[in-house]
Amino acid sequence: MVSFKQRDIISIRHFNKEELLYILDLAKQMERTTYTDTLKDKILASLFFEPSTRTRLSFESAMQRLGGMVIGFADSGITSVAKGESLRDSVKIIEGYCDIIVLRHYLEGSAQLAADVVNIPVINAGDGANQHPTQTFLDLYTIQKTKGALEGLTIGFLGDLKYGRTVHSLAYALAYFGAEMFFISPPGLRMPRDSIDELKDRKVKCYEHESLSGISKKLDVIYCTRIQKERFADPVEFEKVRGVYRLSKAMLEELEIKKDLKILHPLPRVDEMDESLDKTNYAVYFHQARNGVPVRKAILSAVLGVIE
Amino acid sequence: MKHLDVSAIKDGSVIDHIDNKSTLKVADILNIQNEEQVVLVGMNLKSKLLGKKGIIKIGGKIIDQKEVNKIALIAPNATVNIIKDYEVVKKFNVAVPEVIEGIVKCFNPNCVSNYNNVTSQLNVVNKNPIRLECHYCERIMSAKDILLI
Ligand SMILES: [Zn+2]
Repeated sequence: MVSFKQRDIISIRHFNKEELLYILDLAKQMERTTYTDTLKDKILASLFFEPSTRTRLSFESAMQRLGGMVIGFADSGITSVAKGESLRDSVKIIEGYCDIIVLRHYLEGSAQLAADVVNIPVINAGDGANQHPTQTFLDLYTIQKTKGALEGLTIGFLGDLKYGRTVHSLAYALAYFGAEMFFISPPGLRMPRDSIDELKDRKVKCYEHESLSGISKKLDVIYCTRIQKERFADPVEFEKVRGVYRLSKAMLEELEIKKDLKILHPLPRVDEMDESLDKTNYAVYFHQARNGVPVRKAILSAVLGVIE
Repeated sequence: MKHLDVSAIKDGSVIDHIDNKSTLKVADILNIQNEEQVVLVGMNLKSKLLGKKGIIKIGGKIIDQKEVNKIALIAPNATVNIIKDYEVVKKFNVAVPEVIEGIVKCFNPNCVSNYNNVTSQLNVVNKNPIRLECHYCERIMSAKDILLI
């Protein structure tokens, strides 16, 4: 039986298919109500050691829509952490003030460390370049909702696949659902070898390409990510790849694509998706951002044990 | 007359067939500076198997498998002999443990285990070839990435 009661949410890799589906089902139920008071006696500590306004507000909104309370900070510059207090000491002390901790930290593995030292549940809201599991849950939820199901889809991942942690986690999760995956990136920003090998071990059909041409008509979903200029030693190289990985309405009209193609993006975008896309039926990224609230409501409810 | 490279001990443990260059590291991991009885460390000894090898003899101490497994990553060929009254009473090989704590540094410079005096913890996902996964940052290390603390 699936139970999330008092569990830490650290990495998408800690969950099996049944558990992923459990949270997605719960999120669907959560979307039916805007406000309940099921968590009215609970306090969430929102500890953001690096700023991430969207993630923080989405968690805080989810907690408040369940009737719970929120304490915390949005930037570690103003806390004793800036004075050199260790993360372990900080969470150990804050544990005494709350029922659940949501942690964002620039060091990888910090959420696991926090979970190891406190007895209340810890939710990882991003640990450096490693994991951001609630983002993966909401990506899955968005795909399930807009495509009707998760089974047997063909997904194209586009852009920076080397440093994009959302891509690695989502690919890992989609492997449970028999997805076929196309990884489309500049040569220097390809999916890490380890990730590809792991997917192949799990019998995923995956292919690497440098552009959408020739494969676009196969895709049910494009998961687009931002390509950062800083990743390129040579700015000329950046300019060269920029156009290839920039989606626009006109570009999609030139390519052969499925009518019900959906385009996701973890946001914020810079210029990899033209605004001309926003009003098309393909674009679901704003919808995706909105899904953060029901998904986080589901996770908070399941972990705090108000859902059996 | 039997030739001895390093003097025999009456009671204790002998760790033999240590990769020569790892000898002092092994001595360090086994914490020999805190021993009270005779400790002998030999290096550059001839070995058919390894070319050159190291050997460590710890008087008065019966080392157990778990303790010696800590050295498996740097001395995979090491053997352990337990000595009583100059006789070998027990013999075993080292084996890579399931979890390695505090011996190997996580190779990810942005990993929390490299800050704030956190003890590193690496889960052994494969023994041969060796593959270690960091308990904290989830990164996978292979033999070439292993750096001892
Ligand atoms: Zn690590």
